[in-house]
Amino acid sequence: MSATNTNTWQGVRCVIVRDLRIALRRRADTLAALIFFVMVVSLFPLGVGPEPQLLRVMAPGVLWVAAMLASMLSLARLFADDHSDGTLEQLLLSTHSLAWLVLGKTTAHWLASGLPLVVLSPLLGLQFDLSAPATGVLALSLLLGTPILSLVGAMGAALTVGLRSSSVLLSLLVLPLTIPVLIFGAGAVEAYNAGLGVSGHFSLLGALLIVGLVACPWATAAALRISME
Amino acid sequence: MTLGLQVEKLACVRGSRQLFDSLSVEVRPGELLRVLGANGAGKTSLLRMLCGLMEPTEGQILWRGKKVTAMREAFGHELIYLGHAAALKDDLSPLENLQVASTLAGHIVSPQEARRALIDAGLRGHENTLVRRLSQGQRKRSALARLVLANSALRVTPLWVLDEPFNALDSAATAWLAGLMQAHLQRQGMVILTSHQTVPLGETVQQVLSL
Repeated sequence: MSATNTNTWQGVRCVIVRDLRIALRRRADTLAALIFFVMVVSLFPLGVGPEPQLLRVMAPGVLWVAAMLASMLSLARLFADDHSDGTLEQLLLSTHSLAWLVLGKTTAHWLASGLPLVVLSPLLGLQFDLSAPATGVLALSLLLGTPILSLVGAMGAALTVGLRSSSVLLSLLVLPLTIPVLIFGAGAVEAYNAGLGVSGHFSLLGALLIVGLVACPWATAAALRISME
Repeated sequence: MTLGLQVEKLACVRGSRQLFDSLSVEVRPGELLRVLGANGAGKTSLLRMLCGLMEPTEGQILWRGKKVTAMREAFGHELIYLGHAAALKDDLSPLENLQVASTLAGHIVSPQEARRALIDAGLRGHENTLVRRLSQGQRKRSALARLVLANSALRVTPLWVLDEPFNALDSAATAWLAGLMQAHLQRQGMVILTSHQTVPLGETVQQVLSL
């Protein structure tokens, strides 16, 4: 054996850098989900009319649902591309633990498609006449919640890899599982607007994130091994 | 216990079709096994089973006495599998692809080392071209460059499992690949491959398995 054997961190970093590099080179795909998010959110004020009171109430729910749908769009391709070009098999045959590599892929997915949603959300909050602190709460709830969407979505993407019409199936499979995230995420902003404390909502989102971080990569790895049989 | 790969009474059922059953074969260090069979006979399924990607329906596969499916990550150190798809990312260059593939296989290679391997594979001047702009033959060469690294003095990956490695290669590349395999076999490596053409390996001992 040679002296330059890799450790797990190097394997994970390699996957993250690879996927981010690809996302950067396929900017059209990465931007499409982001533009979808902006469009869906912007359609609501146009659709329901310019009543600040109503918009302020709707804002957290609309932004959260749009973020969920936007992340479903990009999740469909999380493993599908790797499956069709054969690199997924190489991940399965890697000397590194598959669950860690999956965590790397999920991290890259969140950095490329979840984080931009978080960054854009304050701007979209303006359309809904959200106050600055409420916008902050919304962005923070998205910051905690979007990684959970990526983690749970990865499980669905792994189960549906290689299937026809996998993107529809993926949404049907994953969206129900992410309902708690939606409730606590959107609920945080509503609680703030109602003058209640938000720490409870954030604690629950944080707890969900930790459970997701621990459990989802293992489940995704197991699902991938089954799907690749 | 043996030093090579042992296949014992292997059977494969895909859907409702029995592809093969009671298949037994042994590959020892320095040996090459060529798997023959018509389209759909189960060649690729057999190779994927040998790598541990598919659970055998019946029977078992042993690498140096240990079950392949139980070894998982440890088996990754011993094996290079090049499947039907080239396992290259279209949006990366051959150089980036090769570095990623080696890191995942457990070895960090320097850019110089990777570049040398690609030049050896006949991709001089294309190291930094995106794979999507390469021809089929060049893609194949880019994928096969992993074998050059696996054959260097420092690290020997003993088992090569190659699905149709000679497809899309011109005669110069075919000779190059045959040379690589011969060198590998001389170092007591093992090669398992499927090929529609006869393998131009000259004097090398070949086992042939017909499905």
